[in-house]
Amino acid sequence: MKAPRFDYEKPKTLESALELLGGNRDARVLAGGQSLGPLLNFRMTQPDLLVDISGLSELAETRDEGDAVVLGARVTHSAIEDGRVPDPSRGFLARIARGIAYRAVRNRGTLGGSLAHADPAADWVTVMALLDATLIVRGGSGERRLPAASFVTGPLTTRLRTGELIVGLRIPKLSSQARTGYFKFNRKPGEFADAIGAVIDDPQRGVRRAVIGATEGAPFVIPDAAELLRSGSEAPISKAVTSAGFHAGTYEHRVHCAAIKRAVARLQ
Amino acid sequence: MKPIALTVNGKSVEASVQPRTHLADFLREHLRLTGTNLGCEHGVCGACTLMIDGAPARSCITFAVACEGADVRTIEGFDEDPLMDALREAFSAEHALQCGYCTPGMLMSARDIVTRLPAADEARVREELAGNLCRCTGYVGIVRAILSVLEQYRGARLS
Repeated sequence: MKAPRFDYEKPKTLESALELLGGNRDARVLAGGQSLGPLLNFRMTQPDLLVDISGLSELAETRDEGDAVVLGARVTHSAIEDGRVPDPSRGFLARIARGIAYRAVRNRGTLGGSLAHADPAADWVTVMALLDATLIVRGGSGERRLPAASFVTGPLTTRLRTGELIVGLRIPKLSSQARTGYFKFNRKPGEFADAIGAVIDDPQRGVRRAVIGATEGAPFVIPDAAELLRSGSEAPISKAVTSAGFHAGTYEHRVHCAAIKRAVARLQ
Repeated sequence: MKPIALTVNGKSVEASVQPRTHLADFLREHLRLTGTNLGCEHGVCGACTLMIDGAPARSCITFAVACEGADVRTIEGFDEDPLMDALREAFSAEHALQCGYCTPGMLMSARDIVTRLPAADEARVREELAGNLCRCTGYVGIVRAILSVLEQYRGARLS
């Protein structure tokens, strides 16, 4: 289908973008458009105004803060895949990026856009919760910092307030001993995932986390996953997946258990 | 209506567009460049894939109004391109098309694979092609065609 009518503005500064977003009209942010484009074409969303942020160069910036790397919200999946931006994760983010949708989508789709869209099956929603990243958000009343682990509250629903914009992500650096594992079930490469398992074991920083992703809402974070990370232990995995709201014996329960189990087996 | 100025197949284009018009409709309906095909219109089938600033992109979920200053290249813009010539020949030799609807988008992704991933093997070519659907060929000929051009270009780089 074709998108409904909307107005379009491409502000040159963050201030004018925030002004447009904070106005009286039903405005949506257009970043790479790889999720918003389909939603508009399906007419699932019918905003009055699109605010195109592709002219805001400060949202494409990256910086090293010593114990963390800050990536601007407009950094694309393919920039991460190709290693064109600083990497806090010892290659983990690049491996994830390669599995997001398709190259033509990754060339335009952005980190901030993916998180703001908050599809439960999106890779960054799960991965940023796993890495305990922090979202840097700007609105009319200034800057807020929100933990990625609690940013998504439901399907396509986040803690962003009307008029706010994600400007960047602060991602802690993994230590040299860190190992990460990831597995997602999808019908073919690039499809939306039925289940995502993500695990990290970083003893030097005392981080042993797991995330059950591609749920029906928010990612389910297991902050202390030491027991679950011990290979071969099925019971704690099954228990965690049950706690995430999946009933034992269902397809969803089994596929999420398998995703976590395979993520643990792939720790590297 | 919003004014836009961009480059399409090497030529400067100025036009006035409705913000809701996506790039593929703009190319097909306004510029009469009908080589870009539309399939699903939500970014899944890959038929509308073309190059924006040298990288493959979906023209059905890219709005024309957002392409101000962009360098857009459609299948018509590759007539003088030796690599695209090699791909077209290989597609023909390997029966990599039947109805041809997916072919323009398929050639865009194929060209991207050959230039970006010169060491790609069959498994990688198949992974990279996941975003371009073909309902005729079963992909065997398409994969063979791309592998044969990869092979040619590897040879050319060595010599």
